[in-house]
Amino acid sequence: MDYGTAGSIFTVVVFVCFIGIVLWAFSSKSKKGFDEAAQLVFDDEPDSKSKNKKQESSLNE
Amino acid sequence: MSEISQAHPDYNYKVVRQFAIMTVVWGIIGMGVGVLIAAQLYWPALNFDIPYLTFSRLRPLHTNAVIFAFGGCALFATSYYVVQRTCQVKLFSDKLASFTFWGWQAVIVAAAITLPLGITGSKEYAELEWPIDILITLVWVAYIINFFGTMIIRRTTHIYVANWFFGAFMLTVAVLHIGNSMAIPVSFTKSYSLYAGAVDAMMQWWYGHNAVGFFLTAGFLGMMYYFVPKQAGRPVYSYRLSIIHFWALISLYIWAGPHHLHYTALPDWTQSLGMVMSVILFVPSWGGMINGIMTLSGAWHKLRTDPILRFLIVSLSFYGMSTFEGPMMAIKTVNALSHYTDWTIGHVHSGALGWVAMVSIGSIYHLVPILFDRNGMYSTKWVNIHFWLATIGVVLYIVAMWMSGVLQGLMWRAVNADGTLTYSFVESLEASKPFYLVRFIGGVFVVAGMLLMAVNVYKTIRTPKEQFANEPQAQAA
Repeated sequence: MDYGTAGSIFTVVVFVCFIGIVLWAFSSKSKKGFDEAAQLVFDDEPDSKSKNKKQESSLNE
Repeated sequence: MSEISQAHPDYNYKVVRQFAIMTVVWGIIGMGVGVLIAAQLYWPALNFDIPYLTFSRLRPLHTNAVIFAFGGCALFATSYYVVQRTCQVKLFSDKLASFTFWGWQAVIVAAAITLPLGITGSKEYAELEWPIDILITLVWVAYIINFFGTMIIRRTTHIYVANWFFGAFMLTVAVLHIGNSMAIPVSFTKSYSLYAGAVDAMMQWWYGHNAVGFFLTAGFLGMMYYFVPKQAGRPVYSYRLSIIHFWALISLYIWAGPHHLHYTALPDWTQSLGMVMSVILFVPSWGGMINGIMTLSGAWHKLRTDPILRFLIVSLSFYGMSTFEGPMMAIKTVNALSHYTDWTIGHVHSGALGWVAMVSIGSIYHLVPILFDRNGMYSTKWVNIHFWLATIGVVLYIVAMWMSGVLQGLMWRAVNADGTLTYSFVESLEASKPFYLVRFIGGVFVVAGMLLMAVNVYKTIRTPKEQFANEPQAQAA
């Protein structure tokens, strides 16, 4: 297999992987995990917990 | 979310504090040297005929100091902070953390000594000679072990997206640094690159552009994905988009390097490939920018009262601007005009001062009160003044360089009917002179802002907490 063919196969493989990632990211199955992950920024705050709670809930309305 | 009030696991804030303070210190030094060499371009006598102070030796000192000392310390500080907060666990190893801090400072000091002495490998952004390169590698491996070690022992289920960006930045920079710095030493202070000719050039810009893509972009995007949501008090606009952003950005950036070598000995197809990949790169870049800015959607009013948030959001605007400009300049026909002119310098600084510096400054302002247990910065008003100094400085700088660059490009390519050049090089230099003054003034604004930041940080740390409590409240109102 010459360099050109190997390159073409690699390009297709990377493209298919990327489409796979897009499908996974937008599948409804992933949604819950992503929502949890997005909250990690606020999850370790004992002192200002109440303040953030308010802001979070206003977003979910 | 769960209501478990988790007590702070005692995070290692010491190393974060050290790196945060040094970010400010190296920022002032690195940008200060930048202003000095900008002044030298306007008043050449300012090198005082001392070899250590010539533009050729101070320029790499400036670039190394702002990228690796200022930017590097900001990345160490924020990545160590973010990984602990979002993994809810203390750093993997305090000893390794301490080694990375002192090791990195040693690298910076070694650079500050060797570069003015003229000891250089003469590869752009990789000037440091081989003994320092080995030290960098050791520090970097310790950094990677510490960061990934912390993620492995995390108490959370998910790995927050900021850590993905930080992780990609660390791994790729290791590969780039080791790959490009391969050299044959001939003495303790001199080595020659393992690569030769066009291959050497390609290696250099594979490194050089990905230093931009992974050091100056992926790392700072990690910062953005934590500090923008945190400062705005709401989660990132779209977590899905952040995942697409991550994979698209890291798989595309690595191919863009050849656009630094348009119309050189590099094979034509390589140049065209680099151009196409650079243009495509526009898409994930803007995806990320929109994701960051839209995090504020529904809370725009916060920009009115919070200068720290203003720093973060304006940094994203500059990111958007320079990631539009970059792909455009990578197009060969545009590059024929822009290459080797001041336009490139303007582009770099819109990215470096507008995006990298502003997102770092915003993050450090967010961090300092937390790290030193204060209610806020000593003076929010000063933060606001700093914001305007930085913004005006950057705008002066990049507008001056755009105008000078396009002027140079047009003058250099102008030919008479008989095919001879219309202008000599000195004529184009003369035409650029006023813009060099404007650039210098812009730089002074930026450094003035950094000095104000240093005073503000100092006052925040030095003012006892009790005395402190009233002031920020009054200002926030």
